Amino acid sequence: MSWIDDDPELGGEPRPYVPSTEPVVIRIQEVAKRFVLRHTRSMKEAFVWLIKGRKGDLSEKFNALDGVDLQIREGERVALLGLNGSGKSTLLKLISGVMHPDGGDIKTRGRIAGLIEVGAGFHPDLTGRDNVYLNGAILGMTKEEIDANFQSIVDFSEIEQFIDTEVKFYSSGMYLRLAFAVAVHTDPEIFLVDEILAVGDEPFQKKCIRKIKELSDRGKTLVVVSHDLDMVAKLCERGVVLERGRVVQDGDIRDAVTRLRG
Amino acid sequence: MTDISERAFQSPGRGRGLVDALKNRYLLRLLVDKDLQVRYRGSVLGILWSYVKPGVQFIVFYIALGVFLELNKGLENYAVYLFSGIILLNFFGEAFGNGARCMVGNGALIKKIYLPRELFSVSTIWVALVHFLPQLLVLLIACFVVGWHPGPMQLAAAVVGMMIMVIFSFGLGLIFGVANVFFRDAENIVDLLVMVATWLSPVMYPWERVAGAVPEWGLHLYLCNPITVAVELFHYAFWAPTTGMEWHVPPNLLTLWVPVAIVLALLFLFVGDLLFKKFEGSFAQEL
Ligand SMILES: Nc1ncnc2c1ncn2[C@@H]1O[C@H](COP(=O)(O)OP(=O)(O)OP(=O)(O)O)[C@@H](O)[C@H]1O
Ligand SMILES: [Mg+2]
Repeated sequence: MSWIDDDPELGGEPRPYVPSTEPVVIRIQEVAKRFVLRHTRSMKEAFVWLIKGRKGDLSEKFNALDGVDLQIREGERVALLGLNGSGKSTLLKLISGVMHPDGGDIKTRGRIAGLIEVGAGFHPDLTGRDNVYLNGAILGMTKEEIDANFQSIVDFSEIEQFIDTEVKFYSSGMYLRLAFAVAVHTDPEIFLVDEILAVGDEPFQKKCIRKIKELSDRGKTLVVVSHDLDMVAKLCERGVVLERGRVVQDGDIRDAVTRLRG
Repeated sequence: MTDISERAFQSPGRGRGLVDALKNRYLLRLLVDKDLQVRYRGSVLGILWSYVKPGVQFIVFYIALGVFLELNKGLENYAVYLFSGIILLNFFGEAFGNGARCMVGNGALIKKIYLPRELFSVSTIWVALVHFLPQLLVLLIACFVVGWHPGPMQLAAAVVGMMIMVIFSFGLGLIFGVANVFFRDAENIVDLLVMVATWLSPVMYPWERVAGAVPEWGLHLYLCNPITVAVELFHYAFWAPTTGMEWHVPPNLLTLWVPVAIVLALLFLFVGDLLFKKFEGSFAQEL
């Protein structure tokens, strides 16, 4: 099995999933997201289409999410599972507001920090230091908050030596370290993590997971997307399985993992 | 900390357009800094370049057009006349051009993380203003050399002219910035428009030439262009006081055409903001 079993802090059985009575912080109702498969990028094509009386579909549509209903309560640790292309990242992007749903409704409350892709919010031509400020501000921190947390962010990322290097020279793990460090320091109430821990080395992954645990112990809500079933089984107590854009299972993480393995 | 159950639900990613952009001052400043820093990265003179370029431009105009072509004889202080219009068009070109490109240019950010995206447009305006300042300085130096003595009316005209230009370029930039996400053709149209705008406003020639060549409604159409009005305001503010001759502003400039230009510019801004709010939701998947 994985290293996660050797870590005394992370070991032990996960708590069984009990639907809680805490207030709902993410409410997803009948959400649909459609993507266009063939894009028209030129006005000529669109114009010809209009002239011809809008005959035929300009572009093929495809449902990435199709009637998703989900309620996530404060303090829950939810794993979003499913095969490639099942719509997990799309759902996280809708929750964080990067994209809007085409149908249904999403409502959230509380500050959200989304670690949806490594290095999102980083500008390659700026130094690590400038990027900490830029990323922090994008995630909603004030200058004073960033100033106060700067040293702690750098310490967490363990890349002090490279902090004044332009981030385009960073390795993907270094990107992740800095991005993760900034995100956990924004003190979000809801934390969305998409598959990004994969590029970190083992010690840093452990550190991140300890940090995530710590946040969750302080009552933060957690939504994690990962294909590392062992890890999510330790981290989360609730598993939601997506299949071709629909929720096919929602409940105890162990059942979800069994379903995916089976 | 307030109890989360007492807070209202919000729709993620539904910005309030410009309002959001104005609330995030600190982030705006960082974005402007970022743009400037990236632009002048690795150059020794850095931002000094934005002083060198207009300075050289002015000297070249003065020598080539004023002395060699003797355009000074037709229009007194032609170089000042030309330059006061050119810097507005330079501003327009940069603000509008970068405004149209900024959504696609910041695609990497837009796709991965939510922030009020109109901030990118606002920041291009600030960057354009930062580059406008040195040009204004060169103009002022030239004006003082040839004996500029402005009154309060002139100064007010300059401020109003600049405001029209800022609002108009911002609105157009928003509209084309949105269009560019869906059709990359928009970028090329922008370059064309900037070129056309330079010739369709009284930058190189005096407006009387237009009045002499077209019927009255043509002149009215010509004066409906907010850029024309802004350029004329700048001529009135910077060039007119340096010349001895009585200067003819277009009829009703201050009483009719300035208000028209302000309304039109605000209309463009309003439409831009509206389009922006309508289409912002699909930026991430289209980029
Ligand atoms: N911007 C887009 N335009 C068109 N199709 C898209 C876009 N983004 C995602 N899709 C499609 O939506 C579907 C779901 O994608 P999504 O990224 O949510 O999958 P996922 O569950 O995160 O997969 P993975 O496990 O591989 O990360 C995929 O078929 C993908 O091709
Ligand atoms: Mg994914």
